[in-house]
Amino acid sequence: MAQQLRPSKSGSKKPNIDWSRREEADNFADTVKLFRQGKIEPDMFRRFRLQHGAYGTRMTDDYAMVRIKVPAGEVYPHQLEKIAQLSEMYSIGSAHFSTRENIQLHWVVLEDVSEIMHSLADVGLTSREACGNTVRNVMCSPLSGVCKDELFDATPYALAIAKFLLRNPLNQALPRKFKFNFTCCEKHGMIRIVDVGLLPQIRQIDGEIQKGFKIFLGGGLGNKSFVGHELEEFTPVDDFLYTSIAVLRIFDRLGDRKNLARNRMRYLVNDMGWEKFKNIVLKERAIVKATQSVIVKLRIDESSKEITRPISISNESTEHPDGFERWKKTNVFKQKQVNYNSVFIGLESGDITANQLRTIAQITRDFSGEGLARNGFSQNIVIRYVHDDDLINLYSTLIETGLAKTGSLTMASAVGCSGTTSCNLALTNSHRLAKEIQRKFLELKLDEDDDLRDSSIKISGCPNSCGQHEIATIGLYGGGARFGKDMYPNYVLSLGGRFDGQSMLGHHTARVPVKRVIPVILEIIKLFKKYKQPDDSFSKWIDRIIHGNESSEIKSVEDIKKIIAPLLIPPTKEDDSDFYADYGSDTSYHTITGKGECAA
Amino acid sequence: MCSMTTQETPLINVDTLREQIIKNDVRIIDVRRKDDYNQGHIRNSVNLPLANLLADPSPENIVRIAEELGIEDETPVVVYDDTFGALSSRVVWALQYIGHKNVKLLDVTFSQWKELSLEVTTEEPEIKPVKHSLNLRSEIMATAEYLEKAKEKKNVVVIDNRERLNFLEQHIPGAINIPYRTLATDGRIIRNKDGMRNLLKNRGISEDAEIITYCGSVGTLSGLAFYALKSLGLPNVKLYVHSFKEWKNLEKPTQKQENASYWDLSAE
Repeated sequence: MAQQLRPSKSGSKKPNIDWSRREEADNFADTVKLFRQGKIEPDMFRRFRLQHGAYGTRMTDDYAMVRIKVPAGEVYPHQLEKIAQLSEMYSIGSAHFSTRENIQLHWVVLEDVSEIMHSLADVGLTSREACGNTVRNVMCSPLSGVCKDELFDATPYALAIAKFLLRNPLNQALPRKFKFNFTCCEKHGMIRIVDVGLLPQIRQIDGEIQKGFKIFLGGGLGNKSFVGHELEEFTPVDDFLYTSIAVLRIFDRLGDRKNLARNRMRYLVNDMGWEKFKNIVLKERAIVKATQSVIVKLRIDESSKEITRPISISNESTEHPDGFERWKKTNVFKQKQVNYNSVFIGLESGDITANQLRTIAQITRDFSGEGLARNGFSQNIVIRYVHDDDLINLYSTLIETGLAKTGSLTMASAVGCSGTTSCNLALTNSHRLAKEIQRKFLELKLDEDDDLRDSSIKISGCPNSCGQHEIATIGLYGGGARFGKDMYPNYVLSLGGRFDGQSMLGHHTARVPVKRVIPVILEIIKLFKKYKQPDDSFSKWIDRIIHGNESSEIKSVEDIKKIIAPLLIPPTKEDDSDFYADYGSDTSYHTITGKGECAA
Repeated sequence: MCSMTTQETPLINVDTLREQIIKNDVRIIDVRRKDDYNQGHIRNSVNLPLANLLADPSPENIVRIAEELGIEDETPVVVYDDTFGALSSRVVWALQYIGHKNVKLLDVTFSQWKELSLEVTTEEPEIKPVKHSLNLRSEIMATAEYLEKAKEKKNVVVIDNRERLNFLEQHIPGAINIPYRTLATDGRIIRNKDGMRNLLKNRGISEDAEIITYCGSVGTLSGLAFYALKSLGLPNVKLYVHSFKEWKNLEKPTQKQENASYWDLSAE
């Protein structure tokens, strides 16, 4: 317990970029005071608060959620230790890894937010523009730089554009939030479900190798979701910044500022039509290039990474500790660099205790050749450049601190947004449901099942898509349903969503009462096992069903519906009162929501 | 040695304590388990596991304990523990409550003392039983009845020092939550004065308010808060020593943050 009193250990790698600006903390403290004294309009205060990365909390003005941005997902050991300390001092003793590579502290007293900002400045982190109508955290695949299928490492570009846009006037009052995602390859990033998605490309011109991106625009998940459009075959890296500025300027100028419910850029693209939008972007880019008074360029740090295997104690026993093989199979990704691995550390719905964060920091120092950790896309953490010979020692350390959960790279690691644990808009406790599903999958050892490996389960607590349910093989979003006069929590189940080269949104299949979600998922897996072909996978099977290409007895979603139908019938409240309560609640279910802040 | 006044800091740092050890004019109390004490402790310290004090926390018994530990009315006393200062705070408070004037909290834990490579010994000091008087300082103690009435008054602040989730689940109506972890800082059991002042300023707590601290059951976490506030020289701080456990047993009103499943955010 005395651990937190100690200053963080020195000797670890430090980042090159300082994202913080200390005076913003004092400014925030002063503004909170003015707001409490009634000297600032609530709407104006809300915009200010969100701009600084403090999100509202369910049913109260007293608390906030502080969203710490981790650009490109790169986080250093001393930063993790600072966040551990802050979670104990100002939050609930746990922190949360989000699906957008942020680290969130929940249930923070609004008056303490400025203290967190001060402490973040000590380690070069910021929450600025993590919420509100700004460019949100710039994401990059956690496998960028180590993935076999990538053409080059996009990480320096992600960091550079994040640095260029942070606090940039261009991005302070957009019609709505705006998201950039970089990936390594089609499989590992989510480039078609964001405003700007970037896939590294290489071409040869006159024998010279040129780097560039394939850029996707106008994708996004939400109440209404769209898959992004490809702008052009190849955008040279030198044009990437101009293209980004052009797109932001168009959105700023033409985006809908009135209809808050449908004003993400994807609606603009949809309303205008892709061809027209594309032409405007290309024209605007030409104007940006022609009219800049000084040459604006991104500062790309492509100096080659120094990889040094930290000195570690050799493991004398040749025997593998219990569970090691299963963990290695389901959590370890082999890098393109010979003898090195990326280790995925699975969390339940992205939650991690302060002490576990300290362990991650120490593990990063002890085992990662690059000396930093990367946030994943699925509420997880990735330790990269771990040498083959260090995997057992690393695993043993993880076991001691409850971080050796298997199944990180499989369907078992369900994603759940924060739901009714803290979000004003939530209708159900999606956060807990994801944990329950994960526990059940691990209990049944479904993480070891190769057929299920490339599938996913993602859950949102309302029709908005923070849990990214629409791109999951099995997606779920929460709502309320009624049987007679009694309400119960309910999920809309969708099947077949994906975010790779054939990105598509899941197919709405059925409404499933919350306490029947796990039985329904297991039933669908059972059907798959019964009818699958040799060398089949669950996601391929679902794909065939949705596209009408399945030749077995289960030919359509309707056939699945018929089979799960008996599970969907509500019992009476007298027969089964638990059916009517959400996870984490022992009282009868009723829907309550507050004001959403996405649009504020 | 001058006696402690409300303005004087209740904390003592490592250097000052070492000087006192050399001069041999201090009685140090080690608030750890007997086994831990036996394996090594700060020179001149005697052992008082907190459980021994809590077994009978009546003023008469505290006087008896002080006498057994060789503490006279004028003996300078310093207390340390190895958690984060909460157990030692509770002992310091108990001694102040019976009217002992010169008693201070070591501002680091025993582990930190060791990390600084300072002297640790297994020698035990000789203790001669002495007499200690009883001058109850009831102004630093709050009872449930007192708290219930006082919290309705203006300029009275009730602070709950338990962790956030416990507070959200249930607390004394009107209380504000400053988790005990908030009080420490890198390397010290209590923040420096500027840090502490800033915390109070942000929370809108006026330094001339009457402040009552409480925690889960025996006044340890809130004892630490008591001394964090006292370190600024705040004049009117009270410890609701029987804390929330008693409050609930007495079936006094409580408040809950409703309609949110915050427990499910914890990875514990």
